[in-house]
Amino acid sequence: MEQIKGRVWVFGDNVDTDQIIPAERLVAANLDHLNDYIFEKVRPGFGQQVQKGDILIAGRNFGCGSSREHAPLSLREAGFSCIIAESFARIFYRNSFNTGLLLVECKVDAKEGDTATVDVDKGTVECGGREYTFPEYPPFITELIRSGGLMNLIKEGKFR
Amino acid sequence: MAGKTIAEKILSAHSGKDARAGQIVVADIDYVMVNDVTGPIAFREYDKLGRDTMFKDRMVLIPDHYVPAKDVDSAAQAKEMREFAQKHQLPNYFEIGKSGVCHQLMVEEGFAAPGRLIVGADSHTCTYGAVNALSTGIGSTEAAAAFATGKLWFKVPETIRVNLKGKFGKYVGGKDLILRIITDIGVDGANYKALEFHGDIQNVSVPDRLAVSNMAIECGGKAGIWPCDDLTCEYIKDTVRGEYTPVDADEDAVYCQTLEYDLSEIEPFVSYPHLPSNGRPVKDADVTIEQAYLGSCTNGRIEDMRIGAEILKGRHVAPGVRMIVVPASQRVMRQMADEGLIDIFLDAGAFVSGPTCGACLGGYMGILAPGERAVASTNRNFIGRMGAKDSYVYLAGPAVVAASAVAGRIVTPDQLPEVQ
Repeated sequence: MEQIKGRVWVFGDNVDTDQIIPAERLVAANLDHLNDYIFEKVRPGFGQQVQKGDILIAGRNFGCGSSREHAPLSLREAGFSCIIAESFARIFYRNSFNTGLLLVECKVDAKEGDTATVDVDKGTVECGGREYTFPEYPPFITELIRSGGLMNLIKEGKFR
Repeated sequence: MAGKTIAEKILSAHSGKDARAGQIVVADIDYVMVNDVTGPIAFREYDKLGRDTMFKDRMVLIPDHYVPAKDVDSAAQAKEMREFAQKHQLPNYFEIGKSGVCHQLMVEEGFAAPGRLIVGADSHTCTYGAVNALSTGIGSTEAAAAFATGKLWFKVPETIRVNLKGKFGKYVGGKDLILRIITDIGVDGANYKALEFHGDIQNVSVPDRLAVSNMAIECGGKAGIWPCDDLTCEYIKDTVRGEYTPVDADEDAVYCQTLEYDLSEIEPFVSYPHLPSNGRPVKDADVTIEQAYLGSCTNGRIEDMRIGAEILKGRHVAPGVRMIVVPASQRVMRQMADEGLIDIFLDAGAFVSGPTCGACLGGYMGILAPGERAVASTNRNFIGRMGAKDSYVYLAGPAVVAASAVAGRIVTPDQLPEVQ
């Protein structure tokens, strides 16, 4: 997989899915423009500031709360190439890999506007002049990343 | 080889593998549930997949979040679910009027039962651990995968063992216990893990277990599982679908952590905004409220309604407070009517509605204005969860919600004056 390089946005611990996208936006009519609403209650206008390829760096338990897949979908549609966090809540973790949003579990000290470089094959993140390492993904998750999500894996006949 | 936890045994039985904590297995699921919010993405993903196979008998479709429709968009969304169910002639679609909050329905309709592996595109699917199922929340895309394949991938969780002893005091219950646990271990204290309950479980009613398991997700848990005992079998006997096989842990099962709780020492508990882990004893609270909400998949059962009604009988909701009562299902509502509970709530000046997820997730039917505070028998108090971004949700059990509605501030029933 190629290296990913992007501008950094920084969030804290326990960012819940209600913050990422509030429940009142969860109607099917919004499914093609979910990115308009990301973080609207805690960071109004954020969806418009994010550019394609940007990277979000957060603390512990990112994506806690509801099972809404709208959360990773909205982040992906906003342009994020990857989310780096010290840890992820488990349903968000599943939803992200299942829908093709890359997650990196790694504690990274970053400030907003930094540039981060992620090398999935080597398991490294470079940010603010420091290098961090993260452990190899389990083989099943590597397959999910490679195929771009669970539905692709099914189409390839690798999940039956 | 060491013994297995309940989660390891259920995943072994459903995958045909010797499932051990840390592995990823592909397992057959017994049921996959979606609601009106998570369903449409699943339906679209299923259609895009272009498969002929569909495991119809294992699919359960329950509109509950925005029904009865609150606006045109939610009506269109509910219609999408209804039409998908009609098109594929799905046997387990539950229209309003015969339905309720999805997790209540999954138990009432007998889908949840011991030993089963159940997934649902709603995070509180972990509720059915109360009846000895391994059940957990998933996303919409993987629900579509389960529609098509009848299977899903699971990371076998490590398990935290929770040993209980003693009995709850009066007006203390499962909600107080789980708020205490979440406060002790934090909102990610059980992330990727299962909780398993043992000890004096015969002292904990199934409705109390349901409230506990329901909120396992609020400490990150994949599941909150109880062994099957006489109380479980009695609770499900009239409604369960098909046969079931109880699963208990081996004596030498391996646990990553053990917690001990004496139920007689659990106090009425309240979690302050904006995390379920911000708990403290109600007796230390000093909070005035504008709204009290009794309902949700956590505490919207008949037992919760009975507690609320017992406290409100002969009393009145305080001036300046709105009390909203939302039974979790049509069946709960009928029982309320039969037992005269609706009259008690109405006499007290409470608003009573039919079943819906409603305001619990900030949907409708009780949204908070800027600056308002609510005590709620629900499960989340995140920023803006029930409305305005600067509104505040305090989580508590049904007794504290009812007592607080009368007092106009967060109190225990003991703190209310006697009924004249």
